[in-house]
Amino acid sequence: MSSEVRFTDFKSDKQPTWCPGCGDFGTMNGMMKALAETGNSPDDTFVVAGIGCSGKIGTFMHSYALHGVHGRALPVGTGVKLANPDLEVMVAGGDGDGYSIGAGHFVHAVRRNVDMTYVVMDNRIYGLTKGQASPTSREDFETSTTPEGPKQPPVNPLALALSAGGSFIAQSFSTDAQRHTEIVKQAIEHDGFGFVNVFSPCVTFNDVDTYDYFRDSIVDLEDEDHDPTDRDAAKDKILDADKEYQGILYQNEESVPYSELHGLDSNMADIPDGAPEGAMDLVREFY
Amino acid sequence: MPDDLNWAIGGEAGDGIDSTGKIFAQALSRAGRHVFTSKDFASRIRGGYTAYKIRSSTDRVQSVVDRLDILVALTERTIDENMDELHEGSVIIYDGERTEMQDVEVPEGMIGLDVPLQGLAEEAGGAIMQNVVALGAACEVTNFPIENLDSALEKKFGSKGESLVENNKQAARKGQEYVAEEYDHEFDYDLDTTDNDYVLLNGDEAIGMGAIAAGCRFYAGYPITPATDVMEYLTGRIERFGGEVVQAEDELSAINMALGAARAGARSMTATSGPGIDLMTETFGLVAQSETPLVICDVMRSGPSTGMPTKQEQGDLNMTLYGGHGEIPRFVVAPTNIAECFHKTVEAFNFAEKYQTPVFLVSDLAMAVTEQTFEPEEFDMDEVEIDRGKVVDEDEVEAWTDEKGRFQPHFPTADGISPRAFPGTDGAAHMSTGLEHNSLGRRTEDTEVRVEQVDKRNRKVETAREEEDWEVREFGNPDADNLVISWGSNEGAMREALGFLEDDGIDVRFLSVPYIFPRPDLSDDIEAADEVIVVECNETGQFANLLERDALTRLKRVNKYNGVRFKADELADDIKERLEAEEVRA
Repeated sequence: MSSEVRFTDFKSDKQPTWCPGCGDFGTMNGMMKALAETGNSPDDTFVVAGIGCSGKIGTFMHSYALHGVHGRALPVGTGVKLANPDLEVMVAGGDGDGYSIGAGHFVHAVRRNVDMTYVVMDNRIYGLTKGQASPTSREDFETSTTPEGPKQPPVNPLALALSAGGSFIAQSFSTDAQRHTEIVKQAIEHDGFGFVNVFSPCVTFNDVDTYDYFRDSIVDLEDEDHDPTDRDAAKDKILDADKEYQGILYQNEESVPYSELHGLDSNMADIPDGAPEGAMDLVREFY
Repeated sequence: MPDDLNWAIGGEAGDGIDSTGKIFAQALSRAGRHVFTSKDFASRIRGGYTAYKIRSSTDRVQSVVDRLDILVALTERTIDENMDELHEGSVIIYDGERTEMQDVEVPEGMIGLDVPLQGLAEEAGGAIMQNVVALGAACEVTNFPIENLDSALEKKFGSKGESLVENNKQAARKGQEYVAEEYDHEFDYDLDTTDNDYVLLNGDEAIGMGAIAAGCRFYAGYPITPATDVMEYLTGRIERFGGEVVQAEDELSAINMALGAARAGARSMTATSGPGIDLMTETFGLVAQSETPLVICDVMRSGPSTGMPTKQEQGDLNMTLYGGHGEIPRFVVAPTNIAECFHKTVEAFNFAEKYQTPVFLVSDLAMAVTEQTFEPEEFDMDEVEIDRGKVVDEDEVEAWTDEKGRFQPHFPTADGISPRAFPGTDGAAHMSTGLEHNSLGRRTEDTEVRVEQVDKRNRKVETAREEEDWEVREFGNPDADNLVISWGSNEGAMREALGFLEDDGIDVRFLSVPYIFPRPDLSDDIEAADEVIVVECNETGQFANLLERDALTRLKRVNKYNGVRFKADELADDIKERLEAEEVRA
């Protein structure tokens, strides 16, 4: 809206209740900065979240927001955006919310390509229920419910998104504030479904996928001469299980968002005081 | 010379039964005759017995009866399936050359018309038109002007080209001529036509039309029998008014999408049937707790589980009343006939927005698959009123902010209804949540605030009880000692049953109730009557249980749960029997 908006305008007066040191602080700050820097204001932004630590984000931010039920944030975001294309819609989720209970919605939201941004705070563990394996937990990650590890491969969300026809697939690291903000900004500016998986470490329950681990292992795609418009190159990177990448893995520059394909450009909240003009024609069709 | 007609076409699914029946129903309707249709169908795409039945009269018809005058039988089984309804003098039109009909024996006393449907259709341009040949034969039997059939054929095939229409008209004439020439028989029928101009539509279509009229712009759903017609109706139409239909990946997604659109300020709806309602249940609480206006339509079918997907039942009432954990205020509205499907849908949207609650619009298979004629004026669009409730714009926001300038979307007002600001309204950014929250929409576990918010939400129901007109539709003799109460689609059969009961000297007052919650207080009516019978298509008497609780008395019941709707004559017999019974069912 206006350049006067600062990222702190997106902060609510409620202090976050995440554990000190939680990766979600950085993830949220980057989201707020990206929203402000892309010219949005709290009054024209809608943030949707599900359940879990990630689900609390709407409380700590100041905007229109809905905190819904577990795993269903993407359908809510879809409804909000299609009903009012003027709103900037950002959906936040966790790895459990998005890739377990909401996995079906994730795949379909990707292929529907509604113009919104989906930020997943991926800490590879269930935090709020105190430390069980999540869909992105490592195969041998010992938790209270998987004492010998889940013994099944983790979900690869980037691969899911690519195979479902994702038009913007990116990954960032919450503590790398500048890069994370930049990546979310590009996801917002993308015409279509902007998906960002964020490494957002859980300092309380995950002693494997830690800040140190990511700091040591992360590879920035900008240092790799990666061409994000090259789908084959994206595929190779996404299926490379040995590396943790940061950056935009894939972006389809031809992406046409759902609303444009379906000719939706008006705010559906605006309706007449009575039946719409021409409604009697609906009756006449039944002659 | 009977003017009433009970006609049916039956065969295997895939035989074009539905479209043929619909063409004949439209022809009758275009001739100014009233029509009421019903369908027997199985849950499969091809094969299996299926039938389309039409009852038609110049007087209004609103139910099915146990009587079949003319049957177009494409398979032998069709005759067997309908034996109970066939009677002496019934006419059976069949093609003896058809494989499935080669061994057919027309029951004694009935008139069999063996018409080479396929052969005549081929002469007219293609075997596919064999059913239309049968329609032509039916026109001859009933002395019904075939020009009315022409007009229905034009509507059906007009978009596919002139020659197809002409071929079909020819096919119909071949059937007509064959019967006239080969069967030198005076049939007892003489169907009158009138100048009346009727529309013919089913309950799902009426719901879809009501939704558009009410300003619904967003619909998300997942295909399920018998609710899919709502989605199919809206698809391609709602777009003309700036709306959108989304076929979601599942019902969980559908209701959450609809919730999102409603949250953004759109009038929004989802429709499903029993199993889909089960899946949506988790979100009922979120809709109510976040005070989001949403219309959730349940077109009931036989349950539980997958039950009988293509059969009638009114078994989900408890689900819509009580579904979901915890306690939430919600409205349950159940249209009592097809025209009401339109009007109550409009009303459902107004309730949803005025009271910021989920509104369950409960219909059933009997209404969904039934087409009925109406005067177009019964769907008067000029009478549609839209009430969006307490929506505040940016100038009004300040009046609803706290001392720190924060908007209070859940402010505990005297009537329980809080201000509502659409996203995009300057100064009103706020959080909505399924968590218990304070007036700002923020999470709380404060015991006082919890009680305050629960009370506030429930107060909306009290306000509605006072403000709205919870009308009851009343029929029969207002002074009768016998009182019959029903809800939903039973109204039509019951209204006709009144006539049968009267013939037997039984006087009945009949109340048809379109509101389940909040609902009209019928305690005085129940108290004043000697005998009270509650009629519904379920086994446990879900509505009767509610009324018993209201009136603190035991009521007699007529319950049907074999998967078939009430028939007027059968219902009259059941009521008679129940009135005579001494013991009330435990």
